[in-house]
Amino acid sequence: MEPFTRFTGVLAPLDRANVDTDQIIPKQFLKRIERSGYGPFLFYDWRRQGDFILDRPAYRGASVLVTGENFGCGSSREHAPWSLLDAGFRAVIAPSFADIFKSNSFRCGLLPVELPEAAVRALIGLTLQEPGMEITVDLERQRVAAGDFEASFIIDPFFRECLLNGWDEVALTLRQEPAIARYEAGRPAWLPLTH
Amino acid sequence: MTTMAQKIWDRHVVAAHEGEPDLLYVDLHLVHEVTSPQAFESLRLSGRKVRRPDLTVATMDHDVPTRGGRAAADEIAERQMSALEENCRREGVPLYGMGSTRQGIVHVIGPELGLTQPGLLIVCGDSHTSTHGAFGALAFGIGTSEVEHVLATQCLRQRRPKDMAVTVEGELPLGVTAKDVALGIISRIGVDGGRGHVIEYRGSTIRALSMEGRMTVCNMTIEGGARAGMVAPDETTFRYLKGRPQAPKADAWETAVGSWRSLLSDPGAAYDYEVRLDASELQPYVTWGTNPGQAVPVTGRVPSPANESDERALRYMALEPGTAMEAITIDRVFIGSCTNARLEDLRLAASVIRGHNVHPKVRAMVVPGSASVKQQAEAEGLDAVFRQAGFEWRDAGCSMCLGMNPDILGPGERCASTSNRNFEGRQGSGGRTHLVSPPMAAAAAIAGHLVDVRGFSGSPSPLRGGSGRG
Repeated sequence: MEPFTRFTGVLAPLDRANVDTDQIIPKQFLKRIERSGYGPFLFYDWRRQGDFILDRPAYRGASVLVTGENFGCGSSREHAPWSLLDAGFRAVIAPSFADIFKSNSFRCGLLPVELPEAAVRALIGLTLQEPGMEITVDLERQRVAAGDFEASFIIDPFFRECLLNGWDEVALTLRQEPAIARYEAGRPAWLPLTH
Repeated sequence: MTTMAQKIWDRHVVAAHEGEPDLLYVDLHLVHEVTSPQAFESLRLSGRKVRRPDLTVATMDHDVPTRGGRAAADEIAERQMSALEENCRREGVPLYGMGSTRQGIVHVIGPELGLTQPGLLIVCGDSHTSTHGAFGALAFGIGTSEVEHVLATQCLRQRRPKDMAVTVEGELPLGVTAKDVALGIISRIGVDGGRGHVIEYRGSTIRALSMEGRMTVCNMTIEGGARAGMVAPDETTFRYLKGRPQAPKADAWETAVGSWRSLLSDPGAAYDYEVRLDASELQPYVTWGTNPGQAVPVTGRVPSPANESDERALRYMALEPGTAMEAITIDRVFIGSCTNARLEDLRLAASVIRGHNVHPKVRAMVVPGSASVKQQAEAEGLDAVFRQAGFEWRDAGCSMCLGMNPDILGPGERCASTSNRNFEGRQGSGGRTHLVSPPMAAAAAIAGHLVDVRGFSGSPSPLRGGSGRG
């Protein structure tokens, strides 16, 4: 996973609540067996309908998305954050994220930033007023800044460390081998086996 | 004083360090072809192995064709199925692939095999893993990175969720099923009402549900934003499990039941968020919008939009506020999915259909949840009831719930569906989905429009879905 420390890029607004993972990446693109190559299919149906806000010239090449509450609800497909990453996004700012989407984002290096509704509204207003404006997301200081706008955010300290350092979570867990083996030795014998 | 969810959590903590998520042990890892290939690939590239293939089981469900066998799969679906076969062979993971008598939707076969048991921690790269909570298991969906983590370590790092109680009391009115209980709850709490929580479903209504009905309710938990939903195990649970292939045998059975009984939430255990519903106020629900919380009783009307999201949904669904739900004509009916494709669901739908024909303008299909459900339904003659009425009778799979196989809606087609999500394009780009219960879907197939199954002429059954009395 690529480390995330401090990042500056163009902010793009998607002023909708409850954006589900079927919209982020429709199912017909889940049949790949690779982790990459999903970018062209991000918001596929909405883009095809024409005049999609992210396709406006000022927002092309955007790398931070600001959007409505409960972003990423629906399925567990990690293809959703993969497609955002593949399309060049490094962070998403929203009042809230669906649980599985947030967990997936942490694990693949997309930074989910939770800001209060009012701050999100302000950012959406700013980027509509000044399309193409840049925003800085600083994970170390847990702050976002765009022009005169500045806000701090709270984030899970464990996943913050993982993101800052680009740690491989599996490798971290494998260091706990003695504890895992100890736990396994104490599991009751009647628990089910699959074969 | 602890809740069932926290008791199960505590029993699975491998390591807990200040400031870090707990490291939990996974008892059962269910795998399917769509969310696993990248996890296996990454495992292989890191030179790692599946730690516990004997706690892992795989099936093919998401993109399998439901007629014409494997030959009918498109090239990329075939590539995913082959990848799963190769990965399972290399790692020694049991696989119930196409053609196996145990193949089926991952959340249908786990319980059928008796693998889904109370007190277990169960995960799968699929959000509807919440289904298994019906047995008093802590079960939730994970992403592909977590799938890889579980394959490699049999563990998962998680923050402890908050506790939510949804209590439903009273007898379900005639024609109101477990699906309506789920839709009623979601329309009450909203699509993010359960976020950050695990839901325990309680109360006399839930207790009276069969295991199949409980699975339907727990299945839809994620549509209310909670990752896991659960029901305390009881005699209904034990009766369902006894004698299943992977259920504990002989002396182990008594030991297991003893352990399962100790899981129940302590009387007076505190919940962070409580919701109470009166079963007598529940009705058969139909969704009108593009998320599962946008539902009204079938006797109701398309509501006036309350916000921009509602307006968007109405535009997508091509509906006018004030239209009676029963006046909405449909093109397709889908009876299937991990929500509503178990034997009891098919029995209920068949009881409405018997002696009727599918409306000439409607194309209707039944997709059993598993090869085993299909075989049992055929043994009861349910397939004949569906076929004679004009339904297509298909092979098991996820099918048109998410349309990853050839079973999809065309643009603008309107479908009464027993599945779980009515998102834009979910069942096919431009398709319009109305979520309903199996008897409501059956009645709509015959009438050609959404219709209240309670007033539906000639329905002979008591229409008690998920009550275990049907």
